[in-house]
Amino acid sequence: MLKIDALEFGYRSNCKILDRIEFDVANGECVAILGNNGAGKSTMLKCLNKIIAPQKGRVVVNEVDILRMTRLDIAKNTAYVAQKSEGSQITAYDAILLGRKPYIKLAPKKEDYEIVEKIIESMGLEQFSLRYIDELSGGELQKVMIARALAQEPKVLLLDEPTSCLDLKNQLEVLKLIQNITKEKEIAVVIVIHDLNLALRYCDRFLFLKDSEIFCYGGLDIMTSENIGAVYQVPVVVESYQNQKVVIPLT
Amino acid sequence: MINKKKKTCGVNYDQYIYRKVLTIVILVILTFLTALFAISAGSADIPVIEVLKALFGLGAEKNVLVTVNIRLPRILMAIVGGIGLAAAGCVMQSILKNPLASSSTLGISQGASFGAAIAITFLGGGAVMGNTADAVTVNNPYLTSICAFIASMFVTFVILGLSKARKASPETMILAGVALSSLFAGATALLQYFSSDVQMAAIVFWTFGDLGRASMQNIQVAATVTTGALIYFMFNRWNYNALECGEHTATGLGVNVSRVRLIGMTVASLTAATIVSFVGIINFIGLIAPHIMRRFVGNDYRYLLPASALMGALMLLISDTFARLIISPVILPIGAITSFLGAPLFLYLIFKGVSHNAEN
Repeated sequence: MLKIDALEFGYRSNCKILDRIEFDVANGECVAILGNNGAGKSTMLKCLNKIIAPQKGRVVVNEVDILRMTRLDIAKNTAYVAQKSEGSQITAYDAILLGRKPYIKLAPKKEDYEIVEKIIESMGLEQFSLRYIDELSGGELQKVMIARALAQEPKVLLLDEPTSCLDLKNQLEVLKLIQNITKEKEIAVVIVIHDLNLALRYCDRFLFLKDSEIFCYGGLDIMTSENIGAVYQVPVVVESYQNQKVVIPLT
Repeated sequence: MINKKKKTCGVNYDQYIYRKVLTIVILVILTFLTALFAISAGSADIPVIEVLKALFGLGAEKNVLVTVNIRLPRILMAIVGGIGLAAAGCVMQSILKNPLASSSTLGISQGASFGAAIAITFLGGGAVMGNTADAVTVNNPYLTSICAFIASMFVTFVILGLSKARKASPETMILAGVALSSLFAGATALLQYFSSDVQMAAIVFWTFGDLGRASMQNIQVAATVTTGALIYFMFNRWNYNALECGEHTATGLGVNVSRVRLIGMTVASLTAATIVSFVGIINFIGLIAPHIMRRFVGNDYRYLLPASALMGALMLLISDTFARLIISPVILPIGAITSFLGAPLFLYLIFKGVSHNAEN
């Protein structure tokens, strides 16, 4: 269970990027953070595991405020996947092994390797696990980064636009993977995403950020043309297609 | 370790790690053999077996004198200096996320030159006419080394101070280093302009770099600093690996990026400054050795750090031996030779495109 309580952040004292942010995410639930560019979505995500330290508020994971924890302990509770991961000449296997870093003292133990092997197998990454990550396609690299986050065995998974650089097939694959992980591992997932239709398809609840504050937060019922139009300043209709809501812009 | 039978991508992870370890073992053997050759070769050729005897104080007195008093300190300094400069360069490239980072590109070497120039010009570390091998020598090496060290550490602390004000960003560190490098190069040029002919020759001579000028006490100090630095770097190898995936990812993995950057930079600079202040400017080793080894072991700092350090030692040994033998008894400046031999090798590796694919 993730509970965010009165979170505030600003780069300058007179300019708040996030103001009075309060919401909660149940275990096994995926919440989409939606809003315009510059609304503070990515900043909020980084505040949730203290990559950026918020000025006020609490981020409670299983009754403990993680903002009071050490960086290593935060890494054992939350895992973060950046919008754009940097390629390097380390293998996918070693990149996933990095997820065990918060637990490694001098060298990885047998169980660390076992966890990595299990994740590679369950996510079907065997075919490129010994390739350098700078040689992988965008979709493959994103899957490796998600695998690395899972190797942290987090209670909360934070994903910053994980599908922004992917083609349609990879977008669907990655989001399906995240959906499955959320349910199987019973972890709370917060995902910043721009594509409303992908959010509707794969997420359980939705949070709209507007003017530094939460505009509305809830289930499918808040995904209305009025709310979406008010947040994005674009007229839309929300239709139903094969029991699935879809958002269609009218401009 | 892991399941030996498990195969990923058609290649066992153990085999992949084994190849990296093998590379390091080969480097150790090559360094040892090169050191043995280097200690036996010179204007007085001593067979390897006599060298081994001399190292234990046995054999002809002349051989013991040449081996233990003249060549051994030189060889040891080459190994320690190469390890220190290459490891420092490797870490600087990681924490600054810049492939051009090294002690010479960040102004540490230029700071050392300036300190040496101050000592020679104003503090009586000046020059006297020398003997057969050297036209000019520095007559107060301790004072010169201390001044070189102080100046290069001053550069380091100015870089760190400036960058701390800007949250230790790599860009600030590099730009501050480039600016200070230019500042101290200019200041050294001005000192040379106003110094006497003999002083100017001594400054130039110092900047050439010479492994032979290090005493056993110098080597002990350099070895202690280098060993300490290597231990610190190896403790942080996972932090450097995490930084390879980006700053935010590293933070999310529990790395205190600013602290790793500031302490890493301090330790790397201290190591480079110690070595440079004892032996003068040795370019390129800190820059090129890590790059060469990246092509063989990738960017995994568990293996890249020891491999780069050993490659640095090997390159400096080969360069020094080349400098001593090519027109013996004249000893060419080591700083020029490292660049002269290293640059073509580096270009060859870039254009040949040594396969760095882990699967190959």
